[in-house]
Amino acid sequence: MSHKVNPARLIGTYGVALALILLIAFGWWRYENFLGMFNVMSVLRYNSMFALVALGMCFVIMTGGIDLSVGSTAALGSVAAAFGSYYGVVPGLAAGIGAGLIIGVINGILVTRLAIMPFIATLATMLAASGLALLLAGNQSVSVSYETGFTNLGQGNLWIFPIPALIAAIAYVVGSIVLNFTSLGRTVLAIGGNEDATHMMGLRTERVKFLTYLASGGLAGLAGVILAAQFGAGQPIEGVGWELFAIAAVVVGGTLLTGGIGSVGTTLAGVLLLGILFNMLNFENGMGWISLSAYWQSVIRGGFLLVVVIIQAKLMTRNAKPV
Amino acid sequence: MSDTVSTAAVKRDRFFDPLEFLARYGTLIALGLLLVFNLIFTRNFATLQTLNVNLTQVCTIVIVAIGMTMVIGTGGIDLSVGSIMAISGALAPLIFLGTILPVSNIGLSVAVAMVAAVAVATMLGLFNGWLVASMRIQPIIATLVLFIAGRGIAQVLTNGNLQVFRVSEFQWIGLGRPFGIPVQVIIMLVMILIAAWVLRRTVFGRQILATGGNEKAAELAGIPVGRVKFAVYAISGFCAGIAGLIVVAINSASDANLVGLGMELDAIAAVAVGGTLLVGGKATIVGTVVGALTIQLVRYTLLANGVPEAAALVVQAAIIVAAVWLQQQGRMR
Repeated sequence: MSHKVNPARLIGTYGVALALILLIAFGWWRYENFLGMFNVMSVLRYNSMFALVALGMCFVIMTGGIDLSVGSTAALGSVAAAFGSYYGVVPGLAAGIGAGLIIGVINGILVTRLAIMPFIATLATMLAASGLALLLAGNQSVSVSYETGFTNLGQGNLWIFPIPALIAAIAYVVGSIVLNFTSLGRTVLAIGGNEDATHMMGLRTERVKFLTYLASGGLAGLAGVILAAQFGAGQPIEGVGWELFAIAAVVVGGTLLTGGIGSVGTTLAGVLLLGILFNMLNFENGMGWISLSAYWQSVIRGGFLLVVVIIQAKLMTRNAKPV
Repeated sequence: MSDTVSTAAVKRDRFFDPLEFLARYGTLIALGLLLVFNLIFTRNFATLQTLNVNLTQVCTIVIVAIGMTMVIGTGGIDLSVGSIMAISGALAPLIFLGTILPVSNIGLSVAVAMVAAVAVATMLGLFNGWLVASMRIQPIIATLVLFIAGRGIAQVLTNGNLQVFRVSEFQWIGLGRPFGIPVQVIIMLVMILIAAWVLRRTVFGRQILATGGNEKAAELAGIPVGRVKFAVYAISGFCAGIAGLIVVAINSASDANLVGLGMELDAIAAVAVGGTLLVGGKATIVGTVVGALTIQLVRYTLLANGVPEAAALVVQAAIIVAAVWLQQQGRMR
């Protein structure tokens, strides 16, 4: 694909941003208080966990890999953070992120050293992390400390902004800089484009792939910290299905699952799109015209994903023709 | 990848290669060792009851994994099987309990319920096939759509309520014991035989592997790649539909939130441990069955000997990694 302006590609990349803006405009027009401070902040607060997980997933997917373990890793991170929270905010953070990094290291070793397919390797660590979380927590949720200020990580505000949303925002800024302005980021995309060629160019493909799994694990652990802080407990059975939600958000954001093409910003847009859809469903119910149970949210999300992937497929085939 | 058959044939002339031997028969050996271990250490292991417990637990995984093996044989994957199970498991009771239409004859309505549930499951599989074959969407994403939406559909159908029932005509497929053998085990065995025969002996079976081995070459050779893909996803949906019926029949209840939850990963693990390549082109039904049995027996062994469920998960993970790694080593030689 050339780097000249390609309308189809442009729609593919900015389509998600456009869709997000349209959706927000629709919500603003239809629902009172949709753009009210309380609603906006609670949407951001709640979705910050998913945003962090999706950011890590985005990097892994850009190398052509996948990380199915993020949900269980977040659960493990939340349990570790709950134990750490009794020693203060920083130990809580460190415990959660550290637990995530351990799973990330294992994923990295399995994928790069043992050359096991990412799908299988991370499927296995997903089971293992879930088992570890249950063992560590003794099969029940673990209350966090309310004395040390740890819960601020999930429930607190800095001025008007929810702290978890700020954490996610910082992560995205860092992620965007790494992807666009460092050789590491360019190597990530190069590996996804053509791993053999990248390797022959002398770039350290294995090390970079290892780092993406490490980052994904760490970010999932951080999401676990926020989970524990937000709900006041480390939850060993939370995080089921997070990995697929994150993949959906990354795909909606226009990142190709085959790797090589991707963007951090549109991944965030993908997370927000899926999150706002759910939020709008609540508003719609609140208006009383219709009463859609919460079960509709997954139907609507699935339908939305369907529309997006079909549009992407159409654009791709049109792109592919001239080549 | 597609040349595994020929390279394996060449290697047979060489001297005995322990690593390759282990890669080929490792899972089978592990299964054997587990059996011996259990016979010695686990109490009441060599009883018909233990056999029945293990077989009934593993049979829905095997049934789903049969369809998954075929899908993976074409180089695809089906993440939607658990959600399709939930839909099939929700739909059947809705019909035979008369929630949709009033029931006059229970026997007839059970028959209608079973056929309708499996038919819907097969159509959902066809929908996956349409996304993969016609829209050319990557299988992971294409089936992710139904993974997310499917369980929601099942929940919306039942409004998230538990459907409890006691209908012996229907529950026969989960609780019936002709000649002392559970009905679902018979269903499983029949499906294994048919699938193994299809994959080994029929043109369609060869076409599946050809598609997975090298899709472009297969297409150029005149194989209807699109139709093959449609078919394998439909088969996978069909298998998931049957598994969904069996699960709710055993439980005497259908819970759309739980039926088939995590099944896609259990099935994929069984397929991978069984030696089917995840990139396609090589698939073995018998291997999948051995893989599923091994995972099941590992869990049973651990749980029967007092290891907590959570620790069993960790061991299960290690076994999946070890099995797949060993097979890779064997293939690299």
